[in-house]
Amino acid sequence: MGAPLLSAMSANTTALPTVETSVARRRAWDWAIEKFIYLSSLVAIAIIVLIFLFVGREALPVLTSPQVHEEVTLSTMFLPQNYGTPEAPLPYVWQPVGLHPKYSVMPLLLGSLKATLIAMLFATPLALLAAIYTTEFAPRRMREVIKPVIEMLAGIPSVVLGFFALIVLATVLQDLFDLEYRLNAINAGIALGLAVIPIVYTICEDALTAVPRSYRNASLALGASPWQTAWKVVLPSALPGVFAGIVLGFGRAVGETMIVLMASGNAAITSWNFAEPVRTLSASIAAELGEVVFGSPHYHVLFFLGVLLFVITFAFNWVGTIAVARLRKRLTGADR
Amino acid sequence: MKSRFTDKIFVFLCLFAVLVVIAMLAAVLGNITYHGWDRLSWEFISASPTHGMTEGGIFPAIYGTVLLVLLMAIFVVPLGVCVAIYFSEYADRSSRLYRWTRAAVDNLAGVPSIVFGLFGLGFFVQFVGGGVDQVFFGGNLTFRQPAILWASLTMAVLTLPVVIISVEETLRAVPQSFRDASYALGATKSQTIFRVVLPNAMSGVLTGGILAVSRGAGEVAPILFVGAAYFLPHLPTKLNDQFMQLGYHVFVLSTQSPDVEATKPLLYSTVFVLLALTFLLNLVAVAIRARLRVTAGSGR
Amino acid sequence: MGVSAGAHPGAGSESEVKMTVPGPRNDFPLLKTQVRTATDAAHGSADLSKRMETQQVNIYYGKRHAVQDVSIPFYENLITAIIGPSGCGKSTLLRAMNRMNDAIPGYRIEGQVLLDGQEIHTPGTDVITLRRRVGMVFQQPNPFPKSIYDNVAFGLRVNGLVKSRAELDGRVEKALRGAALWDEVKDRLNRNALQLSGGEQQRVCIARALAVQPEVLLMDEPASALDPVSTAKIEELMFELKKDYTIVIVTHNMQQAARVSDFTAFLLSGQLIEFNPTPQLFTRPADPRTEAYITGRFG
Repeated sequence: MGAPLLSAMSANTTALPTVETSVARRRAWDWAIEKFIYLSSLVAIAIIVLIFLFVGREALPVLTSPQVHEEVTLSTMFLPQNYGTPEAPLPYVWQPVGLHPKYSVMPLLLGSLKATLIAMLFATPLALLAAIYTTEFAPRRMREVIKPVIEMLAGIPSVVLGFFALIVLATVLQDLFDLEYRLNAINAGIALGLAVIPIVYTICEDALTAVPRSYRNASLALGASPWQTAWKVVLPSALPGVFAGIVLGFGRAVGETMIVLMASGNAAITSWNFAEPVRTLSASIAAELGEVVFGSPHYHVLFFLGVLLFVITFAFNWVGTIAVARLRKRLTGADR
Repeated sequence: MKSRFTDKIFVFLCLFAVLVVIAMLAAVLGNITYHGWDRLSWEFISASPTHGMTEGGIFPAIYGTVLLVLLMAIFVVPLGVCVAIYFSEYADRSSRLYRWTRAAVDNLAGVPSIVFGLFGLGFFVQFVGGGVDQVFFGGNLTFRQPAILWASLTMAVLTLPVVIISVEETLRAVPQSFRDASYALGATKSQTIFRVVLPNAMSGVLTGGILAVSRGAGEVAPILFVGAAYFLPHLPTKLNDQFMQLGYHVFVLSTQSPDVEATKPLLYSTVFVLLALTFLLNLVAVAIRARLRVTAGSGR
Repeated sequence: MGVSAGAHPGAGSESEVKMTVPGPRNDFPLLKTQVRTATDAAHGSADLSKRMETQQVNIYYGKRHAVQDVSIPFYENLITAIIGPSGCGKSTLLRAMNRMNDAIPGYRIEGQVLLDGQEIHTPGTDVITLRRRVGMVFQQPNPFPKSIYDNVAFGLRVNGLVKSRAELDGRVEKALRGAALWDEVKDRLNRNALQLSGGEQQRVCIARALAVQPEVLLMDEPASALDPVSTAKIEELMFELKKDYTIVIVTHNMQQAARVSDFTAFLLSGQLIEFNPTPQLFTRPADPRTEAYITGRFG
């Protein structure tokens, strides 16, 4: 509250009598509570800072500690190595437990990528088309049913989806496509996609709804059909939002742990065959942190993976949030 | 000129997408209900597992889950409400504190769940637990280990954005006229907030809390190393006890059970209970939101 | 907006009164009071004591000069109306009197606002105590979504004015009686205030304001959101209230100002054009702009 500027007072007027003791006490309380509330916002900032700090702190030895460097360095993590034999060379191996620990991160990155790609390829068309149907073609009643139902998907804990993929989906897929491995990137990817559909759907639906009525009316008045209107007028307008939804879905999929932990087979294989098991960044951390010796190089590498994961998801979320913000500004600003 | 037929095909394609999604949802829910239903009984809910998880019940897991989310709620709801109050009632939009707090909460919402697990391990268990042990227990290993206290704190940090968003939304929805009337009667700002604004925003506090609890009951990755255990001979009674948890139980049973077929019935039923619990909580949250919105705005 | 020769209760005899503008109701008690007051005023306002006063008040919102050099006395136990077209600054001026504007960014006030001769804007002034002494009723009835009892008791509780439940009960009853609402709601004090009709809600708000026993009551278009019947009730209430309180009412309804007030101030674009006893202002306005406004040449 800014205090208003005061004029020069004439000598005759004096200030209002102030402050009975109870008012003083109330003011003191008010001040204390205000400070307390400000403190809570500092706590929120502190929390995220602490997360950066402590995860980073345990990851730092990977970059700085000579003992850790005896076992693993940045270059051994990211660059091709000479594992395997000359006849069957293996440039990238993730095998941190064993006589000669190997810490190639590439199989893990590739694993995350494969699972996420499948998830997005699976989820995006479904979510987008469903959103288009909900906003452009569905009668009012249906709309009020479809939205909550799809949002129910969002309420399913990821461990349940992982369970379903592990027990049911894997068998179905294996029978359907005659796959060699039961647990693989496709299996995990589809389950991941299920988890991601609600996010993409909700954002796309928002983006489509935000397109002004007038665009649709103009198109229909020119003789275009509802579908042509949706495809050629509404969707292009909503593209930034759709893009944002995809990016945010990507971010969510990369960071997801339980589904891939249970459904992907957890084998660090470096190949582009999607029907093979994969091991993602997130699953590696989850699978190995329980066994690791506190303070060992492996321990620090796992935290380093966490930082990596954090940075990747953060990047995706950041791009996505900016896109959403820009979209909102564009559509609430001018009716272009 | 596209024919109407082509048009209809595309519309149908979109409808098909909707149906596919709904079908998959139905498949998941249906499969779990179908297989999980018949094992369900009062005994299942109230007894402990026996015979290597092939018989008995999952009471300890239910108990552990409930205790976990209760502790979590005690931590997260007050903090979330305070931050939401800050955003809605006190913050100066142009100030640095506001922008940083906003950024902090937004980023918090985007942290992968396993990273929370790392945080729980590295910060709560090792750092805080270690400190507590040094200061209060003379170095004896009491808190520097997986414990329900650290798990609930980790989950509180994870669900904080959920609470903040829900509460802030309802705080902002309280009409300014209420605040005006309160100030005009000589109330201080904090009196206005706590006697008029916040009571009016209770639906947001409740839904936020319930949504947080729902997520807390379902998330497993954060508590993998911070307190959850597969089998414990007794229920957690102290803050530094470990605990069993529904989601964790499902995970372990699914992936590390020696005889998957034998444990399948128990597994399915556990999943069913977890799912039912989560859905019930979400439904309650939605219902509260709908109902309290009506009564708060009645008469106008 | 303009002046309508609208159907107001009691306006039937307007056509008989030869005026260019719908004037005060031919309400003899009122006219008598007004004549008496005007006579008193004619004898010099030194006879009337000023409860509140603005002296050369200028109000700025950032660069906008919303109120320009306004000086108005508000006499004890009388009703003073502030009229003028939308945006003329009357609400701003009213809200300056209980410092409700303080929180608005860019707000700046110069000049003096006095309560019992004492400036209310000094750094030492306690705003909380000020607002207890100068109460406010808003345009839109805004009872809290609490029970009627809790609404009226709010100011008492928040200010720590009552020690016992019995005392609280008494004060609540007194306030509701003062707002002419006690008989209607005494059996349903625990009912949610939002369930009442608009007019009743506004009277709850008045009771709520009265409960802390203010000296001055500021009313910002208190009846503009209400139907004519409720409006009439509120106006009757104001006559009762002025026995114990000093009332300042802002209204865009000129007939209301003419019916109800003892003195009227006409504001235009932030400036005080005329301040006179009400009958005089409405029948023989001193300034041509006043006449133009009350005859409806501009809204």
